[in-house]
Amino acid sequence: MRSYNPTCNPNKRQLQKVLELIKAAERPVIFAGGGVILSKAPEELTKLAKRTQIPVTTTLMGLGAFPGTDPLWLGMIGMHGTYRANMSTAHCDLFLSVGVRFDDRVTGKTDTFASQAKIVHIDIDPTSIRKNIPVTVPVVGDCKCTLEELNRMLEGVDLGDLDKKRKPWLDQIQAWKDTKPLAYEQKDIIKPQYVVEKLYELTEGKAIITTEVGQNQMWAAQYYHFDKPNHFITSGGLGVMGFGLPAAIGAQLACPDHIVVDVAGDGSIQMNIQEMATAVQCNLPVKVVILNNGYLGMVRQWQQLFYDKRYACTCMEHAPDFVKLAEAYGASGFRATKPEEVESVLKKGLSTPGPVIMDFVVEKEECVYPMVPAGAPITEMLLV
Amino acid sequence: MLDADKHVLSILVENQPGVLSRISGLFSGRGFNIESLCVAVTTDPTVSRVTLVTKADQMIIEQIKKQLNKLINVIKVHELTGSPFVEREMVLIKVHAKPEHRAEILRTVDIFRCKVVDVGAEHYTIEVTGTEEKLDAILSLLKPIGIKEIARTGVIALFREPK
Repeated sequence: MRSYNPTCNPNKRQLQKVLELIKAAERPVIFAGGGVILSKAPEELTKLAKRTQIPVTTTLMGLGAFPGTDPLWLGMIGMHGTYRANMSTAHCDLFLSVGVRFDDRVTGKTDTFASQAKIVHIDIDPTSIRKNIPVTVPVVGDCKCTLEELNRMLEGVDLGDLDKKRKPWLDQIQAWKDTKPLAYEQKDIIKPQYVVEKLYELTEGKAIITTEVGQNQMWAAQYYHFDKPNHFITSGGLGVMGFGLPAAIGAQLACPDHIVVDVAGDGSIQMNIQEMATAVQCNLPVKVVILNNGYLGMVRQWQQLFYDKRYACTCMEHAPDFVKLAEAYGASGFRATKPEEVESVLKKGLSTPGPVIMDFVVEKEECVYPMVPAGAPITEMLLV
Repeated sequence: MLDADKHVLSILVENQPGVLSRISGLFSGRGFNIESLCVAVTTDPTVSRVTLVTKADQMIIEQIKKQLNKLINVIKVHELTGSPFVEREMVLIKVHAKPEHRAEILRTVDIFRCKVVDVGAEHYTIEVTGTEEKLDAILSLLKPIGIKEIARTGVIALFREPK
């Protein structure tokens, strides 16, 4: 097409500048987004991070671009990002961003975002560069081509004693992690985080997770640790409730041998619940985990935290019985109402052939933490 | 808008239905304003040239150009402002022409080297071609006499070739 000529290969002179910045940096952070996954570059990104010993954070769409179990992993950044990811961003001196667009859920207040850092921005889309955040070194190019080239240029470059050089920075990050980890307390009512954590354990982190939009999405992002790309299918910028079930059906069709789980809320699952019929009709064994709190939870959370608990239009008292609903569609349904039932219901649900709905009656007013209020600097987190 | 300068963009696009609405949709969707817009086919019947004038500061104009380039039906975006270019615009002015003003109007037409294209008992219609500034100048001279209505084409422009 004569009008479509994206720049795939990066400008070498710009990359040389990036190389110099990497050499000089004392407190660097790599920030990856969905672009890395779209251009099939997670391997190159991981190689770069390990070669240079730079810790990595990603956006919601970038989860899986870097192994979530790696010691250099910082967790997700932004509004519901980890304490250490947000603090590292605020204190780093080099912010190497790849395939991202600096949306408001990442940056919070833009004036104070990564304000001590020189920012490198690698992206194939020139419109993303300098749209929201001023950049020190822009690099227009495909993420994969660019990272490959950067890795090539790093071969034979002496970065000094990296273990020694990075120690103070990585120690500081570890201290942030130790003081403010992601946390919740499991008492007598099921915590949604506990369900996701158990799901992670039982599937050994290998499932393809799709999500709806809202609290279910954030807990899935925080407590399921993604080691591989394309294992977390979620609706980021568009924020579409009802996305998870059809997405799970698509993922299951494409990957018949994988366990595909839609982590849903009781609100958003009802946006496209009719697709259960498709799953049954096509005999696709998608598993739906409903974190059922009887609310449109994310909006309720904002009403709790910023509007004095004046809950308007978020209460869902009259949801259907999801177990009976599953059966009505010809699928299987299970329910857990007590913490000790969570594991057995998950085991039963995951091992039942065909589509399954698992209904977890969870803590009604649980909130997603950490949380950065909209428009605030990302260091100003509300913690548990 | 702070430091909002005038920018003339010359955009080559596919000559297809819906392309103009993509461009204008981009401007309205992002809250950029269009001062003037001219579209017509080029010597290649599959390509049209859009000449667009907008007011924006440096950061916004960079975004506008990048966003335009991203549209699939846009082939090439040139910014003319900042390099030598020729611009022309045409206006048709219908002016009240009472007997006592006729001579003055014709004198003005003569000075500006434009022409009268329609005459009536009570009016002249004048055709003027030139830069935006020239058009503004004759309009301000004719205004006290009484302008009934005008139609402006908007700016068209091309780069000057090196001499």
